[in-house]
Amino acid sequence: MKETRLYLLQRLSAMILAPLVLVHLGLVIYAVRGGLSAAEILSRTQGSLFWMLFYGLFVVAVAVHAPIGLRNVLREWTPWRGRGLDWALAAIACLLLALGLRAVAAVVL
Amino acid sequence: MGLAINAVFDELKIGPHNEDLHMTSPNVLEVDIWRGAEDGRFQRFRVPHRDSQTVLDVVTWVQRNLEPALAYRFACRVGMCGSCAMTVNGRPRWTCRTHVSKVSRDGALTIAPLRNLPKIKDLVADMTGFFEKWQSAGGRFRGTAGRRDPLARVPPDSAPRRAADAGIECINCAVCYAACDVVSWMPEYLGPAALNRAWTLVNDERYGERRELLAAVSAAGGCHTCHTHGSCAEHCPVEINPTLAIAGLKRASLAGFLRGSEP
Repeated sequence: MKETRLYLLQRLSAMILAPLVLVHLGLVIYAVRGGLSAAEILSRTQGSLFWMLFYGLFVVAVAVHAPIGLRNVLREWTPWRGRGLDWALAAIACLLLALGLRAVAAVVL
Repeated sequence: MGLAINAVFDELKIGPHNEDLHMTSPNVLEVDIWRGAEDGRFQRFRVPHRDSQTVLDVVTWVQRNLEPALAYRFACRVGMCGSCAMTVNGRPRWTCRTHVSKVSRDGALTIAPLRNLPKIKDLVADMTGFFEKWQSAGGRFRGTAGRRDPLARVPPDSAPRRAADAGIECINCAVCYAACDVVSWMPEYLGPAALNRAWTLVNDERYGERRELLAAVSAAGGCHTCHTHGSCAEHCPVEINPTLAIAGLKRASLAGFLRGSEP
């Protein structure tokens, strides 16, 4: 049941991430055309509900998706198994969520 | 060794059907065969190359003429029993149906036991773990009907029956298991053959423990571990597609999970 749930969560988060990553890459290419400055970024993002929701969702999906993938990689490449591994990856999920939401708040608020 | 080969060549020359025994070029195969267990090494043998010669013929010739202590498995020699699978020039194959002319490189063959299984001696791998995983994946038929019940009528054209048919002819040779990279990374992964068997049972309407089986194949090391590389389907000698079967198990597992009835 746990494996099935993780499998499902990883697929669902991938479905969310796929379009978000494309928009994000497009935005990066668009944003650096005339040189990149903090002022330019902040002028686009500050007070924008759209970018807050966009990157907020992005961060949540990454925090779900990445640790599950990392767990699979660690289980395939190392003998690490069990509760210790799961807690370590839950901690990585929390770290990604906290750092990501902090970054979103910094450019939007 | 040289003497033995010369004796065979002499025999071919004086044989009554000499003209039928075409010796293709090169006439001698350079065959490296794994000797010993995990800490073994390759030993080179020179074997006469004949038309329509299989890799199993080569191994048998070596054992009968050059090295009586060479250990290997075979039984039916016609691709039914699944005993003779070995690694030939780096790929797992059923050796009784593998022609030397199709796989030799410049008259050279390298023959080793199957990958992902412990080596016992020479070309014999320990299949215990492979078969234990069939049991772990629930690969044993458990019916619902008793001996007084009427026989189940299974429509041959029904979708579940066709799905079971696609995987049912597995000969348990472990070629797919040796071909699977995920098995080599995760020793507890059940592997393509066991999961393919489980999928045939999921699609058997007479099978009584579908829920338990889906729980078994959804656990750690089960169907969700598969990376869909497709190596199993690529190498399966009887052209079964275990990757497709595992995809079916993933769907059944997710459907059960979302319904809340199964894992």
